Amino acid sequence: MFEKMNELALQQYWWFLISLLGALLVFLMFVQGGQTLLKTLAKTKTERNILVNSLGRKWEFTFTTLVTFGGAFFASFPLFYSTSFGGAYWVWMLILIAFVGQAVSYEFRSKPGNPYGSTFFDTLLFINGLLGTILIGIAVGTFFTGANFTIDSLNHMTWDSPWRGLEAALNFHNVLLGLTVFFLSRVLAILYFFNSIDSEAILRRAYRHLIINTIPFLICFLSFVVWLMLRDGFAVMGDSTIVMVPFKYFTNLIDMPIVAILFIVGVLLVLSGILITLIKKNGLGIWLSGSGTIITVLMLFLLAGYNHTAFYPSLSDLQSSLTIQNASSSRFTLMTMGYVSLMIPFVAAYIFYAWRSLNKNKIDAAEIEDTRNHTY
Amino acid sequence: MFDNLDLSLVNWSRLQFAVTAMYHWLFVPLTLGLSFIIAFMETLYVRTGDEKWKQITKYWMRLFGINFAIGVATGLILEFQFGTNWSNYSWFVGDIFGAPLAIEGIMAFFMESTFIAVMFFGWNKVSKGFHLTATWLTAIGSNLSAVWILVANAWMQNPTGMHFNPDMARNEMTNFWAVFLSQTAVDKFMHTTMSSYILAAVFVIGISSWYLIKKREQLLAKRSIMIASIFGLLAVLFTIQTGDSSARDVAKVQPVKFAAMEGHFTGSEASPLILMGFVGDTETAYIDPAIDPAPVSPVKYRIEIPGLLSLMTTYELNSYIPGLNDYLYGNAKHGILSTEEKIIRGHEAQQKLLAYKQAMAEDSPTADTLRAYFQDTEWLASTFKYFGYGSYYNSDSALLKANITKVIPPIGLVFYSFHLMVALGFWFLLLFIVMLYFVFKDKLEHQRLWLYASLWSIPLAYISSEAGWIVNEVGRQPWTIQDLMTCSQSVTNLGSYSVMITCLLFGVVFTILLIAEIKIILRQISKGTKED
Ligand code: HDD
Ligand code: HEM
Ligand code: HEM
Repeated sequence: MFEKMNELALQQYWWFLISLLGALLVFLMFVQGGQTLLKTLAKTKTERNILVNSLGRKWEFTFTTLVTFGGAFFASFPLFYSTSFGGAYWVWMLILIAFVGQAVSYEFRSKPGNPYGSTFFDTLLFINGLLGTILIGIAVGTFFTGANFTIDSLNHMTWDSPWRGLEAALNFHNVLLGLTVFFLSRVLAILYFFNSIDSEAILRRAYRHLIINTIPFLICFLSFVVWLMLRDGFAVMGDSTIVMVPFKYFTNLIDMPIVAILFIVGVLLVLSGILITLIKKNGLGIWLSGSGTIITVLMLFLLAGYNHTAFYPSLSDLQSSLTIQNASSSRFTLMTMGYVSLMIPFVAAYIFYAWRSLNKNKIDAAEIEDTRNHTY
Repeated sequence: MFDNLDLSLVNWSRLQFAVTAMYHWLFVPLTLGLSFIIAFMETLYVRTGDEKWKQITKYWMRLFGINFAIGVATGLILEFQFGTNWSNYSWFVGDIFGAPLAIEGIMAFFMESTFIAVMFFGWNKVSKGFHLTATWLTAIGSNLSAVWILVANAWMQNPTGMHFNPDMARNEMTNFWAVFLSQTAVDKFMHTTMSSYILAAVFVIGISSWYLIKKREQLLAKRSIMIASIFGLLAVLFTIQTGDSSARDVAKVQPVKFAAMEGHFTGSEASPLILMGFVGDTETAYIDPAIDPAPVSPVKYRIEIPGLLSLMTTYELNSYIPGLNDYLYGNAKHGILSTEEKIIRGHEAQQKLLAYKQAMAEDSPTADTLRAYFQDTEWLASTFKYFGYGSYYNSDSALLKANITKVIPPIGLVFYSFHLMVALGFWFLLLFIVMLYFVFKDKLEHQRLWLYASLWSIPLAYISSEAGWIVNEVGRQPWTIQDLMTCSQSVTNLGSYSVMITCLLFGVVFTILLIAEIKIILRQISKGTKED
């Protein structure tokens, strides 16, 4: 089946998959958001353990999605992998370091013999939540704002800023996106707690913090979107040169009405999830806002890469900008990987099945305090 | 070209890779093997309904979980490091190399992380049968992740199934199966997984022996030793067999690495196998055979078996096995090109590529003739094959000649690591046989000497496993992709201070986490099964 697709169609297919992984990652970062709320929402040790354990059953998925996102980007758009990871070195390194701490924290925090105490690991979780979300948001921001690199005829990258990626954090719009991701992840975490935790005290506090975090989330998100619609974009012309075009991203929305419609649907879903939780205080919100997040982020990625747009623009040398055409793998590799991608629905199905069988009951104090259970 | 002369950058990047990879490898082999040992134990529980087996399973599972978490933490760095620190490499070979990493994520990591959750949290939530399935799937998933990363690594040692695209300046995959099923990939997967099972078996036996020494947890200890020593014995036999065939494969595709492993400086008929020895000063050992056909080997105090190297490599006692000097200076009789000649050819290939790029930029008609080279199979096989050697070119022929030894890896490190690994392999063989014997005779608790020996074998298993990677990776020096790309060409163009900082940072962070891990594991061991 993939043999029949032309090169551009394969590139678009893979950009779609990368976007989907990116969207899933943003949704799953509710785990990170939750990690920044441990102190705020829990007043007792048991309460904190409840929170940690409800997040702890999901952290592996966020982590694995991040890893797969990296691997899939490498396989399908290797020029992005080599340019951005090598170029924006410090941003990616900080992200990685933030995630290293997370992986051990759940397993180690309450084990006897732990030489640093559980606060140490809870702090690592907090750092992961804070840095991970904001920096990933900033890094994705550069898909729209561009970065400082040039690419030579051998496709080797030179980075033009001594700050090696940290300069992206000085761009207001990148930071807006970073904060959007941060507050969104906290909102989603609270919705997730409503779904998975059975503890009135925690949920009472969570309710208040849902409001507190929704407001900055909306402000950041809406300003980012308005700014995006108004700004110039990096368009790829017929002869593959790249030029700046006013209102490029807005034009993309108009040119791709399905993307436009789904984008709006996604945003409405996110809002409805929050509203339903505020009104009904039940566990439905995470499903609505979660799927809304996935759809919205997916559409943002598509805006960045489809419709003759450079998805990783270069500020130093416009013609070095990466597009899904000049950055992709060979046709053969995209095709081979296309067959591999057919496994994705199967993977999704067993994940769904396994989660269902584990999540029959909500987490409560009794489960956490029973020492025969494996708890974090 | 492609040269990055900032040596400290290359060295810091190498050190960072080495530190992070070797840390990762401290945890991975135990995951690979222990997951199966646990699955065997749980299968016995489900079969017999004996609660003690469940307790044993849960005990080892707890240690498994602690080790697993830190393996994941270290793996993340490796995944992204190809991009962050080896960016030119990632472009030059990303079209082939990226695929296994992606497949690994989609196919293996998700499987592992899903079923590991069922394994840990599902005891009272899912049926016995589903739980057992999850345990097996965790084991299979982790071993699947080994498949793909080892395919990638094998391809670096023995690049096949691709062609070079001069327009993109990269290698592109043309045959997935050639990449996936190359002899090197198969050997590497078998040898690496089997040797990891050894490590896990020694780990289980060692800890169980400690319980027997302390006269605690006797039933757990004996049952665990029984399972682990059967598993270990099978694994060690396969390890020796696959190690042997790996070595033969290396002799074919990476003959310089092979010569370094064996400490084989001068080629000869009926070459002896060096069992032991000290590598002395190697600098003076590189001598053109035309000047001195039988120089003194720098390997001192060696114990060797005549003819055995020839026999093991080619199955013929009298065959000629070339040594390092044959590769450096060439050996016309045995059809070996000198390194100097390879450098000249590699240089020609690189110049052709640059000329082609120039012609394309200028829209010059010579572009077509130049492009034709890259489609000419004969030129590809005779000249492009040595592309990477071009980096050692110098227009001054004396300086060029001085560069030839740069294609030789550090001999001592490779030689000692190899011999240590092999020696330990035979020690584990003996250990498993003895343990198995005493377990079946039910006399284990009186064999204090052997119990201590197996306890102290735990670090030895780690040492032999890491040594194996040193042979593999240091022996590959100076290449990242054998004959096509050197380390200096691969590295990201960065300030070396940046890499220095991240390298130290990773070193510190991983050490802090390792200390926590060891302490937690030791505490769990001293607690035994009290909680279950
Ligand atoms: C417990 C660990 C362990 C033990 C006891 C052995 N090995 Fe090993 N060996 C490894 C663990 C290992 C490894 C870590 O898995 C390596 C590193 C890369 C690889 O492919 O496997 C390896 C590599 C490796 C290589 C290099 C392959 C290459 O560079 O491509 C050879 C030739 C051997 N081994 C041969 C042997 C032989 C003949 C053994 C005889 C007993 C042996 N090994 C025991
Ligand atoms: C987990 C087990 C591994 C260990 C312990 C290990 C060990 C090492 C060591 C010691 C070095 C430094 C060599 C030197 O500088 O002389 C190195 C380098 C390197 N290894 Fe590995 N390695 C492992 C797995 C892999 C795998 C699976 C790959 C590829 C898929 C790989 C790719 C590389 C690369 C690209 C370098 C840097 C270039 C170089 O210095 O040769 N390694 N590794
Ligand atoms: C340089 C090459 C390597 C890279 C880039 C790499 C990457 C990774 C990553 C990202 C993870 C975390 C996965 C998760 O999210 O669950 C991981 C874990 C793992 N890797 Fe590696 N890895 C490398 C070498 C190896 C080798 C050589 C093997 C086996 C032969 C291996 C086997 C595993 C296993 C079994 C795990 C599961 C967790 C654990 O370590 O206990 N890896 N690796």
